[in-house]
Amino acid sequence: MTPLLAAENLVKSFSVSTGWGKPKRFYAVDTVSISVERGRTLAVVGESGCGKSTVGSLLLRLQDPDSGSIRLDGEDAMALDSNGLRRFRRRVQVVFQDPFASLDPRERIREVLVRPMLLHRLCDRPEALKRAAALMEAVGLSAEQLDRFPHQFSGGQRQRIAIARALSVQPDLIICDEPVSALDVSVQAQVVNLLQDLQRDTGVAFIFISHDLAVVRHLAHDVAVMYSGRIVEQAPTRELFDNPRHPYTRALLAAAPRVEIQRKSHVLLTGEPPDPTNRIAGCRFAARCPYVQDRCTQEEPPLVPVNAAHLSACFFATTLPQVETLPDTLPGTSASARMAAYRRARDRQTQQAEDI
Amino acid sequence: MKLIVTRVLSVIPVLFGLCVLSYTLLAMIPGDPITAMLGMDATPEAIAALRAKFALDEPLPLRFISWFGHLLIGDLGRSIQSGRPVLSMVMTAMVPTMQLGLAALLISLVIAIPAGVISAARRNSVADYSVSLISLAGLSLPSFWLAILLVLFLSIRLQIFPSSGYVPIGEDPVGALRHITLPAITLGVAMAASTMRMTRAAMLDVLNADYIRTARAKGLPFRRVVWKHALRNALIPVTTLVGLQLGQLMGGVVVTETVFAWPGIGKLTVDAIFARDYPVVQGAILASAVLFVFINLATDLLYATLDPRLRKRA
Amino acid sequence: MAQTEQNLLLDIDRMSVALGPPGKRVRIVRDVSLEIAPGRITCVVGESGSGKSVFAMSLMRLMSDDISEMTAEKALFEGQDLKALTERDMLKLRGSRMAMIFQEPMTSLNPVFTIGDQIAEAVQLHQKVSAAEARKKALAALQSVHIPAAERRLDAYPHELSGGMRQRVMIAMALACEPSLLIADEPTTALDVTIQAQILALLMELRERSGMGILFITHNLGVVSEIADDVAVMYAGRIVERAPAASLFTDAQHPYTLALLAAMPHLGATVERLEPILGRMPPPWEEELGCRFAPRCPFAAPECAKLPPLREIGVDHHVACWRAPVEDLA
Repeated sequence: MTPLLAAENLVKSFSVSTGWGKPKRFYAVDTVSISVERGRTLAVVGESGCGKSTVGSLLLRLQDPDSGSIRLDGEDAMALDSNGLRRFRRRVQVVFQDPFASLDPRERIREVLVRPMLLHRLCDRPEALKRAAALMEAVGLSAEQLDRFPHQFSGGQRQRIAIARALSVQPDLIICDEPVSALDVSVQAQVVNLLQDLQRDTGVAFIFISHDLAVVRHLAHDVAVMYSGRIVEQAPTRELFDNPRHPYTRALLAAAPRVEIQRKSHVLLTGEPPDPTNRIAGCRFAARCPYVQDRCTQEEPPLVPVNAAHLSACFFATTLPQVETLPDTLPGTSASARMAAYRRARDRQTQQAEDI
Repeated sequence: MKLIVTRVLSVIPVLFGLCVLSYTLLAMIPGDPITAMLGMDATPEAIAALRAKFALDEPLPLRFISWFGHLLIGDLGRSIQSGRPVLSMVMTAMVPTMQLGLAALLISLVIAIPAGVISAARRNSVADYSVSLISLAGLSLPSFWLAILLVLFLSIRLQIFPSSGYVPIGEDPVGALRHITLPAITLGVAMAASTMRMTRAAMLDVLNADYIRTARAKGLPFRRVVWKHALRNALIPVTTLVGLQLGQLMGGVVVTETVFAWPGIGKLTVDAIFARDYPVVQGAILASAVLFVFINLATDLLYATLDPRLRKRA
Repeated sequence: MAQTEQNLLLDIDRMSVALGPPGKRVRIVRDVSLEIAPGRITCVVGESGSGKSVFAMSLMRLMSDDISEMTAEKALFEGQDLKALTERDMLKLRGSRMAMIFQEPMTSLNPVFTIGDQIAEAVQLHQKVSAAEARKKALAALQSVHIPAAERRLDAYPHELSGGMRQRVMIAMALACEPSLLIADEPTTALDVTIQAQILALLMELRERSGMGILFITHNLGVVSEIADDVAVMYAGRIVERAPAASLFTDAQHPYTLALLAAMPHLGATVERLEPILGRMPPPWEEELGCRFAPRCPFAAPECAKLPPLREIGVDHHVACWRAPVEDLA
């Protein structure tokens, strides 16, 4: 089966002026291949500057890659005429981190939702208005709020509006660039649930660009880990979290703060990612890698299968020491008993509210 | 370093464009120096002879090329009226204009920067409102009107300053100072008003910045936070405005110099235009334009000194 | 927390902070009581709008008097009454005895001065030493936060450093005068996880070395679990639960704390759905009728219409809930 969106060997570089000499090339994205199936979620994770957002904008066709291919349903998305590009833009939508910056402050929400439908000639205005009302309900807001302006909404609500806008043109894929990073946990949980519900109901696929591993673990079917412009590991979510096969993925997991009773004494990753203007020989993670060997600094490890669906760009992927599996939170404490009580009480309350 | 060199080199094509533009524009203006010199009753022969003498009978591109060739060796031609070399006329006029410009700039900055800083630091206070009111008044007063008022009160009634004229600073420093005061105030006040508003806006912006909070958390007194940490950053946008203003000053100079009989570029231009003295008008306009370009260059370079983010690794 | 009063670095009893122009002030922080002993890391955790940052800023008295008003039964820092200190006295404390670092390392340093100048400035101001001496101390401060090639960095401008490095510079600047209390307002929120882990480790190391107390403001319970000795959970301007860290996580009592824990996505466990907290936090201008969490609380009962006081429910474990412990209520 052809994947919904497949990108192969994407390269995107920028020139960086360095003073007198020839400008250097900075490889933001260096030979990256990813694909996502209908109705699935692929997460692209990594730290700032790793190139994940650039991948997003390449996939959205907002920037042209230096080389590589992008196919939507098997059709080449690189050679589109303006009509084709418009169709592409309808089918591939985006939600950004900062919904406030991506909404025009002087425009009512009604227009925000209606205009894309008219622009893509999906329906006439009366029908678009009807659909806008339905979209508001679908993202957990009410149709009465259509008259309001963006500043009258909270951060979480604005993110819902951004999602509704993306959905308004019935896309096949939504690229979400850090959509919940700016939100409080309780609100973040609402938006994450909303995304999952929408996927279940509409079959939309997501490419979820994030640095938050816990959210990714919860939401994604597959994960690609990026470091310094390259994908270093890619696997189904569960496999990646339970059995990480790249030292960088392990470092990321170890560094992620989590609620634990026993304070862990993890090995800290020292240093910072390499200067991307120097395309170094060998593995880009070598300078920070606790398992580094001579070979790592001499040749670049290719991204190869460890097992069927699991790819790692580490020479020693199969021989890395076992990791301890991450413990569940607070098992067997009175806190967990109370959390269970909290859930029961809340569910009963919701139930009662529905009965009435 | 690289920034400076590129910026300086970029001036060259601009200057050439200026030459082309000013020469052709002037040539297309109706009116003829020959008729101005000989009067309406001159014989066609006399006119033709004079045209030939000043090479005005050749086609425009050729005239430009020969004019530009002379320009490169520093020859701007001679005044049709007085026969003096244009270059020396322009150079002579440049000195008083630059003095006037600098004095006006000084006055405007001395008024505008402290006023802007204080009104931003004490936002919504009486001081803030009065500064805003005064600056509004300064912006809306036409400069010729202010000039007349100044002359009326300070020179005719109180007789503190002379009402017009110019004394070279080398001959009589005190006299020079007395003479420059009124025209400099006239020009400076107009500039001060907008510089003040810009300073206030920039300061308000900067005072909300995170690094201001950091500076206060270090235990720095508020005054020091304002005058050191905030002002240094606020000066960056203010510099742009002041640079542009200095450029526009060349326009204001025409009126002010005429009112105060100040023998600068502005007055030279006006006199030459009335006399249809092509070479002088040409030279004066070119000189103003060159001055403008160099003021902009200076602004850009100052910018880089103020903002380390614009400096590339040395 | 069993410290005698003289030993306490910070001793706050029922502090309230109201913001806004006179006559229209709104209470953002309500009756917050908190103690910090030397060498302890106390985390104040809460969501946006809980008042945690305003609380931190008012300890430093960084908000100007015409837009804010602080009241307290007791507000002692090293035995000095913060309420009674003049701005002049505060200038001597700020940056020398108590220092602060902020969330935005990218914008918290002045872009037009060098790193060295910015650190030395505080040293010169508070310790009245020569410029050369101050520069030497600035270098030592940069070295103490493990900035590589510290000597060279002295003359660097902020834009030449990465976010993590800038936060290290901020810490160096805060610690250059060896304060006894460091207030850290979400210092790692804008950083990547691996860099965040480095900064947290650095703070713990510095605390160990100098014995300073740290007030750490965060919204992230994971970070709290990594770094805290004591925790206070804030909701709508009030502390709803306060406990030693170990006790808070194993023995969380307040329904809001439980709800926060339940809403977090976890690295280890997979759950079907995340559990958002229904409803919204009441805005500070809304009148306070009883427990402010009650409208969102599944355990709410008639008595919750009365404001619950913070009461001790275990050793040093305080909770402001009439219904706690809740395990047998459902």
